[in-house]
Amino acid sequence: MNIIFWSFIIGGLMCVLGQILIDLTKLSPAKILVFFVVAGCILGGLGIYERLVDFAGAGATVPLPGFGNLLARGVKRAVDERGLIGVITGGFTAMAGGMTVAIVFGYLAALVSSSGMKD
Amino acid sequence: METSKSQAVQDYEKLVREISPKSAVLYNSVKAFFVGGTICAAAQLLYNFFEGRGFSRDDTGLLVAAVLIAAAVLLTALRIYDRLAKFAGAGTIVPITGFANSIAAPAIEHKKEGMILGLGAKMFVIAGPVIVYGTVTSVIVGLIYYFMK
Repeated sequence: MNIIFWSFIIGGLMCVLGQILIDLTKLSPAKILVFFVVAGCILGGLGIYERLVDFAGAGATVPLPGFGNLLARGVKRAVDERGLIGVITGGFTAMAGGMTVAIVFGYLAALVSSSGMKD
Repeated sequence: METSKSQAVQDYEKLVREISPKSAVLYNSVKAFFVGGTICAAAQLLYNFFEGRGFSRDDTGLLVAAVLIAAAVLLTALRIYDRLAKFAGAGTIVPITGFANSIAAPAIEHKKEGMILGLGAKMFVIAGPVIVYGTVTSVIVGLIYYFMK
């Protein structure tokens, strides 16, 4: 139960950070998403982000820095298993499942939707 | 090609500007907090559900991501996600559901420009840069990790 509470708080705060960046800077949302993923990947590489995951669960993994952390975890594991080869396979392997779901569902949704219809 | 691509980015940025009027940063932040927090708390319930069924930590993470992405794509196709985003701003952009929306929405919107350079290419107008910089960062992290091990 506690972890659900902290998921809410930490996940909410990550979104507040994103909202403040959107409102107060000239950064476009695409730049902010890139910033979040890169920041999460660096914090994941340093082993810091995992502590937030232990404590906040989905509040840390579901926002986009969690995607960056997933890449960092994947590349570290791949390096452990395969050495230098893991450097070029780890990131893509870690995102493979999520990206495939997003691409296939996105593709199917576009196939069945009519693009002229807005609201 | 180049002009229509920047058009897609401009559309997205215009949408988000509408979402976030600068006069109401605090109000926007409160909305983002509650909607984003609710998405994450719901995701945690899914984690607990899948973990309770004996899935490994990695498989659970993937299953939760898959459910969230599928739900976000469905809500995008039904034009519900964009309406929610007008209310919640970053609360719907920062979670992985926003990433899924950034793939599905331009794919749907630009299908009329063709199946290859419309649907296929515009799908990555936001996700592409995220993948590029995420991958480059992961290689740098991997190299440093390899040489420091």
